[in-house]
Order: sequence, then C-alpha cells, then structure tokens
Amino acid sequence: MSEASPEDELEQRRRIARQFIEVIPHARALGMHLDQLTGEGAEISLPWREDLVGDPRSGVIHGGVISALMDTCSGAAVMAHPTGARSTATIDLRIDYMRAATPGQTIRAKASCYHITRSVAFVRAWAMDDDEARPVASATGAFTVER
Amino acid sequence: MAGRNESLDAIKTRRNNTLNALVSSVPYIRWLGITFDRRGDELTAVLPFDQKLIGNPMLPAIHGGVTAAFLEVTAIVELTWTAIWEDMEQGRIAPDAAVPESLPRLPKTIDFTVDYLRSGLPRDAYARARVVRSGRRYASVHVEAWQDQRQKLFAQATGHFLMPQDG
Repeated sequence: MSEASPEDELEQRRRIARQFIEVIPHARALGMHLDQLTGEGAEISLPWREDLVGDPRSGVIHGGVISALMDTCSGAAVMAHPTGARSTATIDLRIDYMRAATPGQTIRAKASCYHITRSVAFVRAWAMDDDEARPVASATGAFTVER
Repeated sequence: MAGRNESLDAIKTRRNNTLNALVSSVPYIRWLGITFDRRGDELTAVLPFDQKLIGNPMLPAIHGGVTAAFLEVTAIVELTWTAIWEDMEQGRIAPDAAVPESLPRLPKTIDFTVDYLRSGLPRDAYARARVVRSGRRYASVHVEAWQDQRQKLFAQATGHFLMPQDG
C-alpha cells in the first residue's frame, strides 16, 4: 500500500466508485450511465423512457426518477472523494424541482461532495436536460461515510 | 349520489375505479409495482420487494432513490385522492385510465425532503401520507414508511406541492 503513488490511489478510488454504480441493480434497471467520475465529483445520465413517466397528460418523467438519479450521483461523488469512503448511505436528501424535465430528453445529474468529515459527507447535486442553462432540479444531502 | 341508501356495491365500485384509474394511469407507479390498499378514504401504499429495487447488493438494502420515489408517489396520490374525493362522491367525475382527459390533473412537486432512518430491508414496504395543509395553490404533505413494524419507520418525508389550477 505504501508504494502506491497518489495517481494509483486515485485510479483505484475511481475504480471502486465505478463498480459501486455498476453493481447497483436499481441504477441498471433505470438505465443510468456513469459519464464522469473524478475526485471533484460525479456525472450520471439517464435517458427518457415511457415507463418512467409520472404525468400521463404531459409525458414528463416522474420526480422519483430524478430523486433516484440525484441520490446515486451523490453517493458516487462521496465514494470518489479522495479521502476514501469504503461505503456510503443517504442520511437525508432534499430535492427542489425547479421545472418539468422536457419529455424525450436525457437527464444528466452532476454531484459534488463539498465537505467531508470522518463520518459525514455533505453533497450538492444538479439535474439538467438539454437546456443546461436552466436546471431541472437541485439537491442537497448528507451521507454516511463508512471508513 | 352518495345518499344514505346508495348500494354498497355502487359506492365501492366508484371508489375503487377512481383509485385504480389514478394509479394505473401513471407508468412509473406501475414500473415500481406500487399498489394502494383502501379502507374508506384511508390509503396505504404497498411496495412489493423486487431485485430491481436494490441499491446496495452487499447488505442488501433498498435504493435510497426508490425510498424517495415511493414516498413521493404516496404523497401525490394521497393529495390527489383528497382533492377529488368530494367530486367523486357527488358523481361529478369518473376517471378512466383509458380516457386521459377524464383523469384528474396532478399536483406538481415543489420540493421533497427525505429523512432516511434505517436501511430499507429486502422485503415489502408500506407508506401512508397525511395532508398537513392544503390551500388553493400550495399543499404540505408528510409521509411515513415502514416495513415489518408500523412503529419502526425506515423513512419519512415532507414535501410541498403546487396544486393544479382549474381552467
């Protein structure tokens, strides 16, 4: 362990975080795709699908799908943080829904862990559709840090 | 309508049909597999366990996003059910999942805060929502979810909603 360079450790962290996403059955079932993962944060996308619609009149995706995406993306950001968590779980998550996501468009979430202590990680996340200037939703959460 | 002497069958059929139309018309509720038990006007949401709901395969535990979605679905259905109850009882509306225009407009979530109290076990989950305050434009709803024991909640949530405006 002591011979590992910081680069190797960072790469290992990313691998753990990537696996963390890929083995989550619910993330796979929703069709999430991990686009980016660095010590700075995570980006995950989720294509629109008819069976995820929450309002049959408009075709807008359900808020619960956005919650699952933000929660997963936030968890990935915690796992990828350089201080190294072995595992994490959500303590609390607040989502603000600013506007309806445009039907048919992929939703992309970005999360970053802006503060971490020995046992708690504080995370902020955003969700966007094709119009990146106007976020669909924002989230703020607290997560456990299992060392 | 809804008179004291209305047949029990007619009353139950009307309420069950309305609830079924409301729930079955939303694709995501069907995808998650959520159903609703009704006792009079009291609703209990049921989320039968399924492998695709797993968020941590090592424990295993239900995904935090599934828990949030389950609570949000419960809140929206309860809020809509409460809002349309009187019109339903008076026979002014008869929602039918096959006729989109007949379905009630749904409230829009403004914000939703979930409190994760213990990890969701790989078994069925239940939830009930309480409309704390419902005004003409805004509503505040509290939801509780449990699994084996009603008193041991695994999550609770509070959400604010924008009510659908007529016309």
